[in-house]
Amino acid sequence: MNIKRNHISTIQNIFTMAYRNLLKTFHNPDHFMDVLIQPIMFMILFGYLFGGAIAGGVQAYLPIIVPGILIQTILSAASGSGTQIKEDMETGVFDRFKSLPIAHIAPLAGQLLADILRLTIATTASLTTGYLMGWRPTVNFGWIIVVALISIFTGWAISWIYALIGLLAKRATMVESISLMTMLLLSFLSNAFVPINTLPKILQIIAKLNPMTYVIDAIRQILATGSFPPVAWIVLLFGLGIVLIFAPLTVLAYNK
Amino acid sequence: MQKKFAIKVNHLSKTFGNQKVVDDISFTVNKGEVFGLLGPNGAGKTTILRILTTLLKPTAGDVNIFGYDIKKESKLARSMFGVTNQYAAVDEDISARENLMIFSRLNGLSKNASKARTNELLKEFSLENSADKTAKNFSGGMRRRLDLAISLITRPKIIFLDEPTTGLDPRTRTQMWDTIRNLVKDGSTIFLTTQYLEEADTLANRVAIIDHGKLIKIGTPDELKHNLGDLTLSLKVTNDNDITRAIEILQASLNTEPKLTNNIITTKCKSTEQAIEGLSHLKDTQISISDLSIQEPSLDDVFMNLTVGKN
Repeated sequence: MNIKRNHISTIQNIFTMAYRNLLKTFHNPDHFMDVLIQPIMFMILFGYLFGGAIAGGVQAYLPIIVPGILIQTILSAASGSGTQIKEDMETGVFDRFKSLPIAHIAPLAGQLLADILRLTIATTASLTTGYLMGWRPTVNFGWIIVVALISIFTGWAISWIYALIGLLAKRATMVESISLMTMLLLSFLSNAFVPINTLPKILQIIAKLNPMTYVIDAIRQILATGSFPPVAWIVLLFGLGIVLIFAPLTVLAYNK
Repeated sequence: MQKKFAIKVNHLSKTFGNQKVVDDISFTVNKGEVFGLLGPNGAGKTTILRILTTLLKPTAGDVNIFGYDIKKESKLARSMFGVTNQYAAVDEDISARENLMIFSRLNGLSKNASKARTNELLKEFSLENSADKTAKNFSGGMRRRLDLAISLITRPKIIFLDEPTTGLDPRTRTQMWDTIRNLVKDGSTIFLTTQYLEEADTLANRVAIIDHGKLIKIGTPDELKHNLGDLTLSLKVTNDNDITRAIEILQASLNTEPKLTNNIITTKCKSTEQAIEGLSHLKDTQISISDLSIQEPSLDDVFMNLTVGKN
């Protein structure tokens, strides 16, 4: 008996790869933690722990911390792509994909497509947890969607960087520790949890250099004013810049 | 046009930095045969396999798979084969069924065809009972079976197996051998690498021995052994006092120099007939034999002989 093989478009293969990637996320507790458990846990923990000290109450703190946790979650969801790529390389699964009669780029593209879905889950989890804790943004729902899209786009841009790290790193565990470290540094040394002017001078400088500060700032401004501030354009351009630089580099490293 | 060969390798070389890992190798693999690539660790086996399966680009030379040039028509060439790599490359986080489904879809099977083929393969490889468990919890043998099942989704014309039984226990190894034999029965061409001579000997129609990236010898296991020649006769006499006389008799009748180690006499002989003749001389002189064996030269001998002093 012969097996009937249809001509399958690259797009379809990319979707299959993305599906596989999401299956892995849901089957593997580590990956699942990053996108779903972590935002819920941190939102509750940080909200109730620091709310009183920083803003005089949880309700007053939520507008500050919701964008903060959102971006922290985005960072850790984005970093998942590097770990997964490296794991696939180590187990030989990537070789298997590459020896299939499909477009060479499909596995990588599938990974980055799955990242978008993972980032969407992470964003939804963060915002929903905030809402359940009493966060009530005054702007209309359309702006919440804009905020979600900016976050997802930022995360997606960053996941190209992590994908490159994943392709170049020696071991998956190394990618994991790099991911954790950058996530912690970028989220804590920013305006995510506390106002920058309460920090010591040196940390203030670092926080102002941290791109995440601007992402969070843009989100807070959108949520406060219901308009698209200049800083949000900067964030989008910066994200686009990352993609323009890192996408070719990642593809190059991948084809090597 | 029907081609006779399944794989044709022409002056293939691969250099990493300034190290020549594959050095001007040429051979052809015929349709329907089991072709074994035999060599010690680091001989270049895996590199050759990775080039043939389009995972590595050769530094020089051409490879043709069922008429498709792997450089110019790599996608078509890839549609001809299935690969099972050295470390069972299955997706650990997902189940056996999901693994098979995803690879079926990637291979261009429709959703229904994928389902049907997945069930078929799960049954064929006795994985039905663990079909929905994540592959992480599989034993080594189960992982290999799943790995092989994935390679066979499209019933490829050629199956590449990189050290298919390395790390398996003897029972699972025999099962793997049976599976491979069944594939050949169904008309597949098999290209396997191995460091086990026994494996090449029992499975392969033809064997290429490589060492330090160079092709040393190619032929059927029998041809390779015949090149080496003689049989080895080893025996033990019941009464140790007869040893010296037994050696003298064998020396005279076989015209060789018997050796004695741990009271076992070993000697070369040209044929089985000659061995029997020598033994009958012993019988005539009332020397009784307690232990006896006649061995053909093994591929081990061939291998040692060809690669000796080079490692």
